[in-house]
Amino acid sequence: MTVQPTGLADYNFAYLDEPTKRMIRRAILKAIAIPGYQVPFASREMPMPYGWGTGGVQVTASIIGPDDTLKVIDQGADDTTNAVSIRAFFAKVAEVSTTTSTAEATIIQTRHRIPEETLGEGQVLVYQVPIPEPLRFLEPRETETRKMHALEDYGLMHVKLYEDIARNGHIATTYAYPVKVEGRYVMDPSPTPKFDNPKMDQSEALQLFGAGREKRIYAVPPYTSVVSLDFEDYPFEVNRFDEPCALCGAEGVYLDEVVLDDRGGRMFVCSDTDHCEKRRAAGHRGAMASEGTLA
Amino acid sequence: MYVAVKGGEKAIRNAHRLLADRRRGDRSVPALTLTQITCQLALAIDRVMSEGALYDRDLAALAVKQARGDMIEAIFLVRAYRTTLPRFGYSEPVDTGAMHIERRISATYKDLPGGQMLGPTFDYTHRLLDPELAGDAAVPDAERRDGEPARAMRVSDILAQDGLIEGDCDAQTEMPGDITREPMEFPMERDTRLQSLSRGDEGFLLALAYSTQRGYARSHPFAGEIRIGEVEVAVDMPELGFAVTIGRVQLTECQMINQFKGSSKAPPQFTRGYGLVFGQSERKAMAMALCDRAMRARELGEDIVAPAQDEEFVISHCDNVQASGFVEHLKLPHYVDFQAELELVRTMRAEHESRRDAGEPMPEAAE
Repeated sequence: MTVQPTGLADYNFAYLDEPTKRMIRRAILKAIAIPGYQVPFASREMPMPYGWGTGGVQVTASIIGPDDTLKVIDQGADDTTNAVSIRAFFAKVAEVSTTTSTAEATIIQTRHRIPEETLGEGQVLVYQVPIPEPLRFLEPRETETRKMHALEDYGLMHVKLYEDIARNGHIATTYAYPVKVEGRYVMDPSPTPKFDNPKMDQSEALQLFGAGREKRIYAVPPYTSVVSLDFEDYPFEVNRFDEPCALCGAEGVYLDEVVLDDRGGRMFVCSDTDHCEKRRAAGHRGAMASEGTLA
Repeated sequence: MYVAVKGGEKAIRNAHRLLADRRRGDRSVPALTLTQITCQLALAIDRVMSEGALYDRDLAALAVKQARGDMIEAIFLVRAYRTTLPRFGYSEPVDTGAMHIERRISATYKDLPGGQMLGPTFDYTHRLLDPELAGDAAVPDAERRDGEPARAMRVSDILAQDGLIEGDCDAQTEMPGDITREPMEFPMERDTRLQSLSRGDEGFLLALAYSTQRGYARSHPFAGEIRIGEVEVAVDMPELGFAVTIGRVQLTECQMINQFKGSSKAPPQFTRGYGLVFGQSERKAMAMALCDRAMRARELGEDIVAPAQDEEFVISHCDNVQASGFVEHLKLPHYVDFQAELELVRTMRAEHESRRDAGEPMPEAAE
């Protein structure tokens, strides 16, 4: 009988065994050395399903140390179920301290958002990536897309963006909006809204991207140019919201639309919960803050 | 309000508690023991070991119990556990020719050295539900052949003597690849492709194999041999200078024999598709062999015209842990991205309406 009453305490620090971490760190180092290039790595099965952030979890598990402070967000919020679950996982297997404060975190693992607060040197932002290949929906074959990257053959992407404009008058990509990194590789920023793209450019923080199912790691080192693809006559634009956050009154931030009732009542609130809470603590008030339903 | 999904900590705790309650069910019914599962649901265990890629009946039974009988969930549990096991080394290649055979059939020869052995098969049962099994009626012991456990040469070796069939490929001199330790890259070699197929989803491979029989990359297959039994696993001990047997595993091996008219690359001869899986998993081994043969199209110089021949398509999508994860992740919140799409659709609708009101031509014509 090989079944033992093993608790997670019997696993290695941060779940992965050390040779696996070394393999992943090598992939990360290569990714940092070639910004925007997708490095294949021998992704492991993790104790959460593929699609739940196994790539990000593997990257975080490989770089985290006992002195780190971890923040995990999903949709910008610290308290969505999957963010709670991943944070609890690392608290359990690595016994690291966790935080919801963007400024206090040394490692921030994220799904679908970049925090509103500007990240600084020494911080690492780990993105969970479902489909790392920006050309995938134009060309389904990996053998082809790798060739296209090698030859810097990105014409197909520009044609796609052009066709968007011809048909719709807009570039109809609102999230996972392709970027060019350091003038070389076209990269998928993960399904963050294009609102967040400008934050990636010349960021002081190290940005690491992990795609578990697709077995790829890529990176944007600090102070690296990240340019959203566009045309001279159709420059890249971020989405704007007509009203400020209903709770903290913030403008120029990404908002979630919350349906209030069945008569079309809506409110817009910060997607970044930490940012919203900090602003309210500092005395900022939005139009609906007094209701207190979300405070 | 969707905000209800937030504040997840308590919700998650309660959901897990409810899951445990539902898993146990009616407390007046005795709980299943792992031994009951390994003994009486043995083929479920075999599937979990094979697709979970970990040979351990007790862990597989635990996984089946924990997963409430959901096979893919059980396979996932085993895979996640497998990740944490250190790699000590690689065994010597197992010799299926020296298998302690429990079942061995060939559809290409009426009789052959070692004989045909039906073994514990469903093949000739009539699928009539048996009310006796609802109870615990006594079951007579199985008949056993006297003497040594049967050993038999492989059918492929019989054909190879006449040069009618391709050999056991060119035995690789270098170490085979390891899909659990190195990133997969296309085009693949046959070693890593077979590894992927062996842990691939039975249902997916079955459907693809079926498609080859219905004309999508037809390969005129014959079941040359299917054998099920135990083989010894030996590990080379550098300190000792020789290999030591560390245990036995039950395997199902299938050698499909396929007609081949010859091409610029190879003379007319029989070719082979190969299937090998843990436990008694005959359907899976046969499906694997058909898929393996179909994907050898490039190597044999055949035209690639059907899905089953498309290595990148088949291998990228045959893993049920990956597939179920990515399909099911759609239930995670996506409201940030949805919000972005919502804004775009609203903008485009507003533009559309203003154009229509102004009597301007619609964009189809504008292009």
